[in-house]
Amino acid sequence: MIGEPILEVEGLDVVIPLLAGTLRPVRDLAFAVARGETFCIVGESGCGKSLTALALMNLLPRRARRSARRLRFAGTDLARLDERRMADLRGDRIAMIFQEPMTALNPAYTIGNQLEEAMLRHRRVSRAEARDRAIFLLEKVGITAASSRLRQYPHQLSGGLRQRVMIAMALMCGPELIIADEPTTALDVTIQAQILHLLAALQREFRMAVILITHDLGIVARVADRVAVMYAGQIVETGAVADIFARPMHPYTQGLLRCIPVPGRTRRGAHLGSIPGLVPSLMGELAGCGFRNRCVYASPPCAAGGIGLVPLSPQRAYRCLLPPRECAANAAAAAAP
Amino acid sequence: MTPPLLEMRDVTRSFEVSAGLLRRRRTLRAVNGVSLRLEKGEVLGLVGESGCGKSTIAKMLLGLLPPQSGAILLEGRSLAALDRKAVARRIQPVFQDPYSSLNPRKTVGAIIALPLRVHGIGDRRERRARVFAMMDRVGLAPRLHASFPSQLSGGQRQRVAIARALITAPEILICDEPTSALDVSVQSQILNLLQDLRRELGLTYLLISHNLAVVEHMATRVAVMYLGRIVEEAASETLFGRPRHPYTEALLASVLTPEPGLGLPDTGLGAAFPNPLEPPSGCAFHPRCPKAMPLCRGTPPPARSKDGARVECHLCAAAVP
Repeated sequence: MIGEPILEVEGLDVVIPLLAGTLRPVRDLAFAVARGETFCIVGESGCGKSLTALALMNLLPRRARRSARRLRFAGTDLARLDERRMADLRGDRIAMIFQEPMTALNPAYTIGNQLEEAMLRHRRVSRAEARDRAIFLLEKVGITAASSRLRQYPHQLSGGLRQRVMIAMALMCGPELIIADEPTTALDVTIQAQILHLLAALQREFRMAVILITHDLGIVARVADRVAVMYAGQIVETGAVADIFARPMHPYTQGLLRCIPVPGRTRRGAHLGSIPGLVPSLMGELAGCGFRNRCVYASPPCAAGGIGLVPLSPQRAYRCLLPPRECAANAAAAAAP
Repeated sequence: MTPPLLEMRDVTRSFEVSAGLLRRRRTLRAVNGVSLRLEKGEVLGLVGESGCGKSTIAKMLLGLLPPQSGAILLEGRSLAALDRKAVARRIQPVFQDPYSSLNPRKTVGAIIALPLRVHGIGDRRERRARVFAMMDRVGLAPRLHASFPSQLSGGQRQRVAIARALITAPEILICDEPTSALDVSVQSQILNLLQDLRRELGLTYLLISHNLAVVEHMATRVAVMYLGRIVEEAASETLFGRPRHPYTEALLASVLTPEPGLGLPDTGLGAAFPNPLEPPSGCAFHPRCPKAMPLCRGTPPPARSKDGARVECHLCAAAVP
């Protein structure tokens, strides 16, 4: 991370009390995001990445509870903020882009109404000023005939256009941080490339920090500055994007990278790598490493106690008992044909 | 010359859609003059953006939707003339969503055995033995025989769907986005399984996917669809190595391979996929095409075929005399 952090997270936990016990989908998360940076959280379904986003925004489902040792946004302690003051921040200085624009937009209101509302809620502006800002931003996100679009309803737009509207809405108040949860998963590859391109350009122009949550390693490789890999509610590896892809340390990261066919590198029709087994239950405490029942390198010590993050440099760490040299050797052995 | 295993000849299918309350119903041409051949043992990849007609083709090849014009031939015999059950024994689907394609109230064993019962194959004991053999083949533990779909993971459910498709020993699988709902670590397992089964059982696949990396990995031949037409078709190496249609080029350029440092591609495609109710004149791709010429606006491009590759583009027509 280069520069002043805009968001600092330490010891973030999410617990959901259920009849059968306590579900702990996010466990002791720590990361920081700098101004203007793109930080990717990557992981498979159920790893806790989306709940992490909701926890930061204080938008968790009612039963879920959040706790953190440190949750600072631009000098403000989010953990101590009451809901009213959090609501002042949300949509103003921190904005969120959701995966499915069809469900995130209100079908009963026009695009214009929803765009203007974001600004009227937070700023002392007239409806006309909010409308001008909405038109300006719709044009910015590549929507033609913006003023006539304001009168349209979400169902009248295609998926790609709806996602552009979502981005414009997130930008209405000029946020310093955008949290985007799988923003292009529902879109075609051609539109996905365009939307990510657009997001990156706007991010540079307005110097926003972006936390991008995705399961797609292709997206991570192309947009991230830094990456955190999540598994079973924990960050298992973190570092600069080039480092994660060139020298993955954690057996899970190594396994994930072997699962995806890479054009030109993977032989056509050859067997892809796979990670057998299932994600562990997230009920209660995890004894030992959460990945050990799927890990080819697991040994008896992996089952005991908590496994801490091993720092390699201020920006690079992984959560495994194997020493760094062995992890690097495993990665190299796996990369060899 | 033996006819191809499965063939579409100039097939058209449109739907009447309502454009809104009290408005005239309009015609949507989902598939507009498509010819495709599926040769025994190959994996034909079918790619294109949502709404281009991929799934309509899948439904027609399964015999679930009759074409309005043109013909679908199974080893040279019209699908329409064949008995539905006979078609189902030879062509089976694997769908995208293993959550909605399995009956939640039936056990895994009953789900996999159902096609055998429908076709009246074997007695109870024999069916049971075949189900266990098939479960073993697709990597499902025998103890899951009495489980319900809700007790299985996404990958296990997709294995059940594949087992059900293969239990009557069909020759062709129509796989419509078979791994799109799965995590990458599970996706690779299902792709490996499909490859193994194809080799062991001599199967032929039509693989519909929006994931071009998956298609490039699996397919031997690829057809690219745009607004109801196949705009380019070629062997996998040719199509991915030297795409000729500007749409194929743009599609390939949009793929985000996991290679840091390459940044984001700028495809040069205009914003929106056109409204299929009002397809553009001439070449349907011309409004988004970075290389469009005046000719493209008025005249639909002719198809050019060479060495088993086929492309519909005015530019390519000029290049290949």
